[in-house]
Amino acid sequence: MSTADAHGHDHPKHELSHYAKRIYAIRDLLLEKGVISEKDIQCQIDYQEARSPANGAKLVARAWVDPAFKARLIADPKAACAEMGIDATAINEFVVLENTETVRHMVVCTLCSCYPRPILGRPPDWYKSFNYRQRSVVDPRSVMREFGLNLPDDVEVRVHDSTADIRYLVLPLRPRGTTDGWGETDLAKLVTRDSLIGVMDALPAIPE
Amino acid sequence: MSADSGRFKPGDRVKVRFEDRPGHIRTPWYIRGKAGWVEKVYGQFLNPESLAFGGDGLPKKTLYLVAFNHSDVWGNSRVRADKVLVDIYEHWLDPAA
Repeated sequence: MSTADAHGHDHPKHELSHYAKRIYAIRDLLLEKGVISEKDIQCQIDYQEARSPANGAKLVARAWVDPAFKARLIADPKAACAEMGIDATAINEFVVLENTETVRHMVVCTLCSCYPRPILGRPPDWYKSFNYRQRSVVDPRSVMREFGLNLPDDVEVRVHDSTADIRYLVLPLRPRGTTDGWGETDLAKLVTRDSLIGVMDALPAIPE
Repeated sequence: MSADSGRFKPGDRVKVRFEDRPGHIRTPWYIRGKAGWVEKVYGQFLNPESLAFGGDGLPKKTLYLVAFNHSDVWGNSRVRADKVLVDIYEHWLDPAA
């Protein structure tokens, strides 16, 4: 719910938090001073909303069916994205972490919420929570267990704290056996957002 | 080219500096003072400690992927092979034995 005020644009009616008030104040100042326009803001919202984990799922599904593509995706992720029509140019450095039977990767940003947004869109709220940001580095196995992934002790967990210019995407394992002969479109449905962050595996073809 | 560029190579043992100073620091608190090894050299990047305050980010800093045994960071890890990997700029790293 919002209402137009004296200076022409909308503000929510309900009581705002301290940070929300600050954001609106900064937005109003930027508009009043002509630094940005309403159209710029809308374009940026549209851009952010147009990205989704479906992009990551497409990359993974192609990598599962095409070993040569998988090699390119790991060697030069941005070029592999371009091949698939996914624009990754806004990322400074993009790194793909390949899961194996013996190694699982998990991504966190303990400092804030760094995430491969140009590809996957906005991170889920839990990714930004203090709970995840603290516990993922201290006790990653428990966090994975809460997402439904019970790893045996002979699988190594590698938690990546995304503290700088690198954005990480996990390449989950293809579910074993049950997806033989599947096409990319069906395979992509098994690649959840959470499997691209690494807190769980891709979905099994037949629910367990 | 900055003076400290490319000081370490993959496999080198390193220790994260324990510094407590204000600023836009990208080295998480929990990893300061901990020892690990260079996993990968990512190359040269603008320095966020300068960029965050309107600076030009120069000189660029070499960024490393540094690996730590989970047990060396937190102690008492049940699975010894587990690791924590952090992206750390060179000026936060010292050689370690």
